[in-house]
Amino acid sequence: MLYREAGEFHTSYVQDGQTFPIRFDRYAYYAVLVIGFLVIPFVINDYWLNAIFLPFLIYAIAALGLNILTGYCGQVSLGTGGFMAVGAYACYKFMTGLDIWLPGENGEWVRYALPPINIFFSVILAGIVTAGVGVLFGLPSLRIKGFYLAVATLAAQFFLVWLFNKWAWAYNYSASGQITAPTRSIFGVEITGPTAQPWAAYLFCAVFVFVLAWLARNLTRGATGRKWMAIRDMDIAAEIIGVNPLAAKLSAFAVSSFFVGIAGALFFSVYLGAVEVTEAFGIQKSFLVLFMIIIGGLGSIFGSFAGAAFLVLMPVFLKNLLVGTLGWPTSLAEHTQFIIVGALIIGFLIAEPHGLAQLWRLTKEKLRLWPFPY
Amino acid sequence: MPEQLLFAIEVTLNGLMAGVLYALVALGFVLIYKASGIFNYAQGVMALFAALTLVGIMEGQVPFAHLINAIFGTDIHHFGWHVPALAAILLTMLVMVVLAWAVNRFIFRHLVNQEPIILFMATIGLAYFMEGFGDLMWGSDIKKLDIGLPQGINTWIDEVTYNAFGYGFFIDNLDIVASIIAAILVAALIAFAQYTKQGRAMRAVADDHQAALSVGISLEFIWVMVWSLAGFVALVAGAMWGAKSGVQFSLSLIALKALPVLMLGGFTSIPGAIVGGLIIGVGEKLFEFLVGPLVGGATENWFAYVLALVFLVFRPQGLFGEKIIERV
Repeated sequence: MLYREAGEFHTSYVQDGQTFPIRFDRYAYYAVLVIGFLVIPFVINDYWLNAIFLPFLIYAIAALGLNILTGYCGQVSLGTGGFMAVGAYACYKFMTGLDIWLPGENGEWVRYALPPINIFFSVILAGIVTAGVGVLFGLPSLRIKGFYLAVATLAAQFFLVWLFNKWAWAYNYSASGQITAPTRSIFGVEITGPTAQPWAAYLFCAVFVFVLAWLARNLTRGATGRKWMAIRDMDIAAEIIGVNPLAAKLSAFAVSSFFVGIAGALFFSVYLGAVEVTEAFGIQKSFLVLFMIIIGGLGSIFGSFAGAAFLVLMPVFLKNLLVGTLGWPTSLAEHTQFIIVGALIIGFLIAEPHGLAQLWRLTKEKLRLWPFPY
Repeated sequence: MPEQLLFAIEVTLNGLMAGVLYALVALGFVLIYKASGIFNYAQGVMALFAALTLVGIMEGQVPFAHLINAIFGTDIHHFGWHVPALAAILLTMLVMVVLAWAVNRFIFRHLVNQEPIILFMATIGLAYFMEGFGDLMWGSDIKKLDIGLPQGINTWIDEVTYNAFGYGFFIDNLDIVASIIAAILVAALIAFAQYTKQGRAMRAVADDHQAALSVGISLEFIWVMVWSLAGFVALVAGAMWGAKSGVQFSLSLIALKALPVLMLGGFTSIPGAIVGGLIIGVGEKLFEFLVGPLVGGATENWFAYVLALVFLVFRPQGLFGEKIIERV
């Protein structure tokens, strides 16, 4: 009754081809935007920001990126954590002033540095750098397929994490080996650093999420996305009908890594503030993002958000329930959480291999006929 | 002989020993992959779980003690008895068989005809589940596993090499025992697959599920059997690694090390798993020895993957894998 397309007549191609052709969807989308940009910034506080909104927004970007690669182009990647690390360290270098060391006249090394770049552009540049690295590690995908590729991307994961542990230049020779985000601002409003206001950090990430989701949605609707999907469904057949596998796969790697890199940059600069690479960007992170897109739904933009929300909210919920309400020790709650995550993944794969997005689609189908199903 | 060369030989020998253990884990993967087409990511966690159970039974721990204590406010931890190693191993094996049955009954029976990648992800879910379950059951502290295997430097090799070259090789007794056990296990597995009725049925299933069904082989039985075998291999691997470095979470990470081994050797080949394991074992130790000091060490974390990656670019099916034929 509420959700229906009856009575909606599209009289032009623009109307017919819009992202949300059904009015109810469109209004829901506007409502989410209004709440996201005009309501939440006014009511948000530190706890909600750090426990829920920032992780959700940032993981949503990473999940979008991985979904482009795995869900749309069919290339399984376990290197997400490594690529997020590239984004984080690239962002760090750009926001503290990218430097190079050249041999001077007397044989000693002289440091030449760019001035620090604005945090907004640092994040974008970090995405671009990560895209480059992603293409590099995507090259073997032309020869290696399926599981072999999934394992090959582990090479990226472990190598990159090791690299950022050992390469002192990447963390500006800091004694602890950590990178720490200095205070940076846009239009005089602090975004990073310990004194940043919650609403500013939230809005900064929300803008990225909005733009990137819009980009992902439109890329996957267009020619590029169709080529990716053709490669995913059957690469040889796609090649025969004229899809260039080199261009399609590498563009998927590039776009995906761009998203993941931005997620990594935000994760480091806005969310955590200080990062130690093995801890923050280990293999667990790769699996976490992979779970998000499985639970959310492979090949679905909505699914990326749903999966990210689910896996961010569930631990918070469980922790509140087990530790807060039942008074269990934290370690016990953690083990239980592992069990529940594992069981949920298996349960989802059995009940609905296409994830939350498919559940939502089915719900909409039912809603169309409600309350008079036939 | 120059000292550097002797070092290199010692490193190579140690690498071979480590390689055997990698091969052991990889073997569990190959068994399941061949018989059911499932790429079992949970193999490493199975090794951890088996080792935890083994320790738990030997020490007479109360399963789920933490959980029970948290819920009922009691304070129990041990039954107060000690089980001999052999009996504990048998009991653990029983647990692994039950686990194999449960995995097939509750997970993979519902996932028949799904794409391989879905099955793979289900095993990742299984890995998470078992990791939490094992910790919940036996506690997550690092445990010492002592099943009576000899440990420490092998003095005989040390003396012989010292007399011959003037430099004694350091080789751990445990590594030698582990290699011998692994070799016996591999031989036994190959003999099982070749000469027994069940082994033949297993190979038939690996070749073609439908054809095997049509001649009256029970797929479910074979799958439970294969998972039990993989559980047994996991138990052996878990016991070896556990005796070497204690039973702890990092044990489950050896599964990740087994992945490049598989890629090198090919997912479907038992000899491939062994050769791949040896190559990776020797390769990473030698690389760490020769190149490690130049780049800051700890190259063992990634060398295996990069080696496998580079290798696969030239030979996508691995050393011994079946040639990948693609049809539209």
